[in-house]
Amino acid sequence: MKAFADLYTALDETTKTNAKVEALVSYFRTVPPEDAVWAMHFLIGRRIKRLIETRKLVGWAVEEADVPDWIFGDCYNAVGDLAETIALLLPPPTESTAKPLHYWVEERLLPLRHWTIGQQRESIVFAWREMDEQQRFVWNKIITGEFRVGISQNLVVRALAEVAGLPPEVIAHRLMGDWVAAPAFYAQLIAKETEDADVSRPYPFFLAYPLEGEPSSLGDPSEWIAEWKWDGIRSQLIRRNWQTFLWSRGEELVTKRFPEIESLGGLLPEGTAIDGEILPWRNHAPLPFAQLQRRIGRKALGPKILTEVPVVILAYDLLEWHAEDIREWPLEKRRAQLQALVDSLKNTGRIVLSEAVPFRSWDELAERRHESRNRFVEGFMLKRLGSPYRTGRKRGDWWKWKIQPYSVDCVLIYAQPGHGRRASLMTDYTFGVWDNGELVPFAKAYSGLTNEEIAKVDAWVRRNTLEKFGPVRRVKPELVFELAFEGIQNSPRHRSGIAVRFPRIARWRDDKKPEDADTIETIRAMLAVH
Amino acid sequence: MPLLRVDENGLWCEPGGFHIDPWGPSPRALITHGHSDHARPGSAAYLCAAPSERILRLRLGPDLPLQTIPYDHSITLGDTHVSFHPAGHVLGSAQIRIEHRGEVWVASGDYKVARDSTCEAFEPIRCHTFITESTFGLPIYRWHESAEIFDSINAWWRGNRDAGRCAMIFGYPLGKSQRAIAGLDASIGPIYCHGAVERMNQVYRESGVALPPTTPTGEPKRGADWAGAMVVAPPSAQGSIWMRRFGELSTGMLSGWMRIRGTRRRQSMDRGFVLSDHADWPGLLAAIEATGAQTVVVTHGYRNPLVRWLTENGKHAYSLETRFEGEALESEKRETEIAGPE
Repeated sequence: MKAFADLYTALDETTKTNAKVEALVSYFRTVPPEDAVWAMHFLIGRRIKRLIETRKLVGWAVEEADVPDWIFGDCYNAVGDLAETIALLLPPPTESTAKPLHYWVEERLLPLRHWTIGQQRESIVFAWREMDEQQRFVWNKIITGEFRVGISQNLVVRALAEVAGLPPEVIAHRLMGDWVAAPAFYAQLIAKETEDADVSRPYPFFLAYPLEGEPSSLGDPSEWIAEWKWDGIRSQLIRRNWQTFLWSRGEELVTKRFPEIESLGGLLPEGTAIDGEILPWRNHAPLPFAQLQRRIGRKALGPKILTEVPVVILAYDLLEWHAEDIREWPLEKRRAQLQALVDSLKNTGRIVLSEAVPFRSWDELAERRHESRNRFVEGFMLKRLGSPYRTGRKRGDWWKWKIQPYSVDCVLIYAQPGHGRRASLMTDYTFGVWDNGELVPFAKAYSGLTNEEIAKVDAWVRRNTLEKFGPVRRVKPELVFELAFEGIQNSPRHRSGIAVRFPRIARWRDDKKPEDADTIETIRAMLAVH
Repeated sequence: MPLLRVDENGLWCEPGGFHIDPWGPSPRALITHGHSDHARPGSAAYLCAAPSERILRLRLGPDLPLQTIPYDHSITLGDTHVSFHPAGHVLGSAQIRIEHRGEVWVASGDYKVARDSTCEAFEPIRCHTFITESTFGLPIYRWHESAEIFDSINAWWRGNRDAGRCAMIFGYPLGKSQRAIAGLDASIGPIYCHGAVERMNQVYRESGVALPPTTPTGEPKRGADWAGAMVVAPPSAQGSIWMRRFGELSTGMLSGWMRIRGTRRRQSMDRGFVLSDHADWPGLLAAIEATGAQTVVVTHGYRNPLVRWLTENGKHAYSLETRFEGEALESEKRETEIAGPE
């Protein structure tokens, strides 16, 4: 338990991805498989259903600490977290424990459901007596079914891949589906033999460079096709060996999150790989990306969300056909085969071809690009006829020709220092817009300024701080910045009522005064366009 | 009539004709210790425990009208006998014992009972009425052994040194910093101090407190290599321009509040070390018990829970509103002014 609690602390203390992976790797390298498998279980967000009522835990903790009930409330208010309050309130441990994680889970936690209340109390209280505060905290989080640590499954996969000396896709694939936390599963997970994983392995995605300047630089328009640039989750749908795999571009297996697409996979011929985009879709058109965000990150997908946010795969390209790698085929040949495949699956309503937008001249295409926003797309993808499907980000054959982002003039209202090398610089900003003569927080942005500008803003913030709340400084509302962002959305969770996608600083408008900044009405009007 | 009550300028002792740690001007100010919420300018005459003298003169001016008295020596003020006794909080910190016609009160200012090699240990004084702070007056606040805390600070420093980084800890320039410096393992690397801390180190050394060698960070030098060093700075330096010269940094906060994970995370620091110059919950209860006082007056901190607890445990307890602040996370503005630029 101590090793796992130390791992938790290490993960909790850093925001750096590499440091997190390092901590995970050294943990998995040192603990036996019996512990590793449980650690993995909790780290990737699997829970054990809460077996003890919170009220009981609090009661036992208060008795064990020999304090009156009422003081628990004061303590909880000071701490703000139940598991932590209990961990801190309990008297120091009377003995130290070397018992490993799997002992606590298998011998002390899972059997709780079969025990009487008296036995439950004894098991929990005796556990507390053996654990220090950090272990108790983690243990309390586990028994209340609220264990969380700020890492993604992807990071765990990366660490396990390093431990096993295997590509991350192999681990991601082996982690898919149902498994029980048993040492045999862990052994199999990091085993060298990889034939099983080859089945699921995706092709590297071909990524486009942004087109700077005009498309006329690309030459004869008849050598190109244009597709709308959709804003969803770039994915690869694979059918091999009677199994379906859906990979996101982050090399994460997301098959289970999109059951509609998984069932579509069952209809694909053996040995098929489709490059496409997962999009929330209704009535032949995409829904805003924010709708898809409601689905991402959910562990359980109920019928409600599946009905409200149905998804399709918008097919871009065909990479494998009848178990043959066809990436070297010319674009038009791959597309023709893809078209035939999509047509045969049309009645599923789960797959749509990313249509080529016909155009005769670049000017005509430029004209049509104005439709982007109404179509919930980000502009065009331009693809050269005759080109193969390449690997990674390459110049030449694919270009993204994005529309100008939205832009709004905002006033800097809060600033706080960044992290690491930026720990002594005010680099994290909150911007406000006018709402009835008051500046309401509208968006946060961390990037977009040059180092020189950051230094200037930093110096200004220090001279113009009105108030400090911990590391956050409220500043004189004076500096105006143009913020650019991609999407805009109603949001009851934000004070301005609006959430934006990918906000960043486009430029410092030192030519503008704070009263020239935009109002919330202007922004609502952008929203109303949709 | 209580021996001590709060008037507009502070804790007033009518029969003695003096204030303790007044926040307004007083004819006679008895000062428990040098922190800025207890030692303020503006009074006509000051009295403190002898080891506190240098600190008060540094903070309130060399010409302060100040008299001192050794610990455990009694003097007569008005109709009272007054003596100062170690409070274990910072160098020179004192509890003030007041005796008036057989009735004894002790005003303890700020205190801690934990071990600290840089100041005199807290000394329990028998009294009828004990005035106690309650900064950490909840049972969730329980400190670990000092040695354990210093081990974790040193281990973190060593890790940073091995990674080629500079480590920086933030603590009050008076007391907290010197206690931390005394606990640092100087074999790991050089120890540098912000000017505000270094000035106070000087006072401690002149008072005979042993500290490992420290160097003021001084004027920025081009190409100076801070990798592997430990820098001790006041909390007001967090996020300041002064921090820039040190290159890649790992930061750590020293505070009792670091016991709470949420507070730790909100500080935007890499680490939080639970080190306080105040008593924890068991410390408060033990200190109160040792005085034998039947009446306990609770000031600054978690006053209500402590009063209720004491009442339920058979004491006569009540809460008193003062302008003392205990352990603040943000350094006070005054503190910044005193720290000043380097």
